[in-house]
Amino acid sequence: MLLSYVVSPTIILDVALMAILIIVAFSIVRMRSLFAIVMLQGVYSLVSAAWFVSLDAVDVAFTEAAVGAGVSTVLMLAAMLLANRKSDPVPISKQIAPLLVVLIAGLAMFYAIGDMPAYGDVNSPANTGVGMDYIERTTKEIHIPNVVTAVLASYRGYDTFGEAVVIFSAGLGVLLLLGLNGNAGRWTARPTGRQIYPPIAPSANSRLIASRDNIKLSKGSIIEKPSSVNLRKSKNNRLKDKGNN
Amino acid sequence: MHDPHVILKVISKFLVPFIALFAFYVQFHGDFGPGGGFQAGVILAAAVILYALIFGLDAAKKAFPPSWIRIGMSLGVLLYGGTGVLTWILGGDFLSYGVLAHDPTHGQHYGIIAVELGVLCSVTTVMIAIFYAFGSRQPEVNEDNW
Repeated sequence: MLLSYVVSPTIILDVALMAILIIVAFSIVRMRSLFAIVMLQGVYSLVSAAWFVSLDAVDVAFTEAAVGAGVSTVLMLAAMLLANRKSDPVPISKQIAPLLVVLIAGLAMFYAIGDMPAYGDVNSPANTGVGMDYIERTTKEIHIPNVVTAVLASYRGYDTFGEAVVIFSAGLGVLLLLGLNGNAGRWTARPTGRQIYPPIAPSANSRLIASRDNIKLSKGSIIEKPSSVNLRKSKNNRLKDKGNN
Repeated sequence: MHDPHVILKVISKFLVPFIALFAFYVQFHGDFGPGGGFQAGVILAAAVILYALIFGLDAAKKAFPPSWIRIGMSLGVLLYGGTGVLTWILGGDFLSYGVLAHDPTHGQHYGIIAVELGVLCSVTTVMIAIFYAFGSRQPEVNEDNW
């Protein structure tokens, strides 16, 4: 019994994948080059996607591989271009408090393991109650083989609607804060990092200064005047950028 | 002119349509296999992002114009909510797809397809929007600086 449990190939695979995850996590912590860290985070996501496949959670693995290894790696690269390429080493005196937090949280999690159901336990909350109900009713009520889709789109349609709205508002926030054209040539960043500065005052600042100067003017002129100036300025910069290229 | 990335460009130009096709497979096969709107949307966005990484942001903006983004993300949520409102109008509860067809199971199929299409629209366009917003913020990087 014990022997068959130990040599089960999926268990060996799971342990190997988790060992790789731990190794990758430690190398991320030890590294200073942000480029390597971003790439290793992609590796971490890909390995955990493989682990999810081994746990039969194919839908989650799909999402993890596409979002974690694909899109978020690219976004982190884009963010890295605006910052330094290397992180500064942290002095040991500043590492003690985070280490304590991590140790306490980790020990608390180990303490909680005792209360968790065993892997594949028939009486675990996932295998009793509403989960089994969905599995039974999907074949009768919806007639599709993939229960995950049935739960996601039909039984839990409200939740998924909420998720869609969350994604929509995330996109809305990005569009409002950054805009689709980004800086439109108003900000420059050196690839070596740090030197992110507005060559000419960016729109928010100049508007502030202008409104401070024109504080006694009527409301309309405060808003209209600087914005038209900004438009012209950013256009000029864009032209300048094109000339430089 | 000598192009150092000719292999990358040829291979990814070959791959991008297949990635997009795979995204649609994941979308419309989601009832029968793993996948659905979220996964398909991210894969479709990844195809556009790969294109942007290899051929530059301007080329990607020609292929997938930024004006589509606002339309796509609103259309997605509207399609999802609209399906719910339609079930309301047809006499059911919000998002109870059974009323969409004579046979309740067919109604469930239609409802799931409509809802997943909405999710696909929103996820794809929002992912691309975030990438465009971040990607447009810095100048092109020299080869040596990586």
